[in-house]
Amino acid sequence: MPDVVFELPDDREQRVSGRAGESVMQIATAAGITGIVAECGGSAMCATCHVYVDPQWLERLSTPLANELEMLECTAAERLPNSRLSCQIKLTAELDGIAVRIPDRQQ
Amino acid sequence: MTESGTMSESTSIVIVGGGHAAAQLCAGLLAAGRAIGVHLVCEETELPYQRPPLSKAFLKQPQEALQHHRPESWFADAGITVHRADPAVAIDRLGKSVRLRSGKQLRYDRLVLATGARARRLPHLPDGLQNVAVLRSAADAVRLRELLAHVGHLTVVGGGFIGLEVAASALALGRRVDVLESAPRLLMRSVSLEVGDHVLQAHRANGMVVRVGVAVGAFRIGADRLQTLTVDGVETPVDLLVLGIGAVPEHALASAAGLQCDNGIVVDEFMQTSDPAILAIGDCTNFPEPTTAHRLRLESVQNANDQAKVAAATLCGAPQPYRAVPWFWSEQGSLRLQMAGLGSHDATRFRRKGSSDGSFSILHYVAGRLASVESVNAPLDHMAARKLLETRRNVAPEIACDSSMPLKAHV
Repeated sequence: MPDVVFELPDDREQRVSGRAGESVMQIATAAGITGIVAECGGSAMCATCHVYVDPQWLERLSTPLANELEMLECTAAERLPNSRLSCQIKLTAELDGIAVRIPDRQQ
Repeated sequence: MTESGTMSESTSIVIVGGGHAAAQLCAGLLAAGRAIGVHLVCEETELPYQRPPLSKAFLKQPQEALQHHRPESWFADAGITVHRADPAVAIDRLGKSVRLRSGKQLRYDRLVLATGARARRLPHLPDGLQNVAVLRSAADAVRLRELLAHVGHLTVVGGGFIGLEVAASALALGRRVDVLESAPRLLMRSVSLEVGDHVLQAHRANGMVVRVGVAVGAFRIGADRLQTLTVDGVETPVDLLVLGIGAVPEHALASAAGLQCDNGIVVDEFMQTSDPAILAIGDCTNFPEPTTAHRLRLESVQNANDQAKVAAATLCGAPQPYRAVPWFWSEQGSLRLQMAGLGSHDATRFRRKGSSDGSFSILHYVAGRLASVESVNAPLDHMAARKLLETRRNVAPEIACDSSMPLKAHV
């Protein structure tokens, strides 16, 4: 059961256990983390599940596909070099403990 | 209870329906501090879940689970009582209560109907056949996934979004697929000729059999199965049939209660029905479209979410009219279609090249103003189009279609 650590906009931290194969977005919504909107349900269509990945975890992720890169140009909060769409980050055992920060707005 | 007709903290709100609109309204009421004591009445066994994946990832991957919008604990913590598998069967407007199938009576001060739409059926095809499926709900998707696992061939009647998404998923699973559309082109009600043609060519290039302008006639039924159907006069065997011929608004409850209905539950720009104590949101509503003032019914996640936000504001006594720019999307294999704004038959259309082959947008202008944009594998242009339409910024077609400049540069 890999864990994801969500750093919320108010600086609180929430640690949630997920299953390998689930996306970080799915884990966030199942845990009731409201800062992830995920309007399109994980299709990389809406850019409302934007997160900032802790830089030390960033290089362990597979590189974003073209779709995701284009949608990242349309996030409501500022796009940073560690911006990703959480629906496109699939959890694996190696990602146990991955930390992501939730931006202050998604829309 | 309310004292003077205005909202008080203890106003009781009942929401009927368990789709995107209902889920978003729960979230909106929680954010406004008004969720405690809310009742959510769901016909389905499941808590509200994401519907878009049902025709895509969910169908293609046997282990793919439903994605609930929020877990059970979230509703409980919010103070929302969820009634599952217990649909509302009648509204007593005088007594202000809703009766559920179980016999429970729920009192309301404000009632919100988010009853959605149901799949249209063919009039001459009986319900209950073992190899005929539709796709609206999680239960439909579970059944269709199971059926698809045991057939070699799929026939899809209807070349709309759901039909084509299911067809593309089945093709990805290695099934042979025939799509039968009676209109002269695909997606005729939803997209322009250019996009419809592109979709048709793309699916055919992938090996999907797509026939447009065909007449689907007589059905031969035996042993609780559809054995054959007649296509352009030729009797054709059926392994598995999916009906993707649209949806009809679910407004039986509202009609029976005497609420004004006309292709959906009639609401105003604040989502109020003809009864001031009752609101309606989502696929089931017929609402005034803000830019044209025409009445409209939309089946989309965006419409469900944005109408739910309007309803939350209305319920909290801070009404905001519905002004959202409609947008919707469809994913069919490697095709990503994204539409912003509403198409119109009297629009003049211009093509903007995308960043790669098979990537483009069609810009629709009505009376010289940008009215809608359809994007094929061009998400960035879609997002820019939404911004342009939201801010009502007009860009001349020759400038907007100059692909040496990103569309975003004009936002």
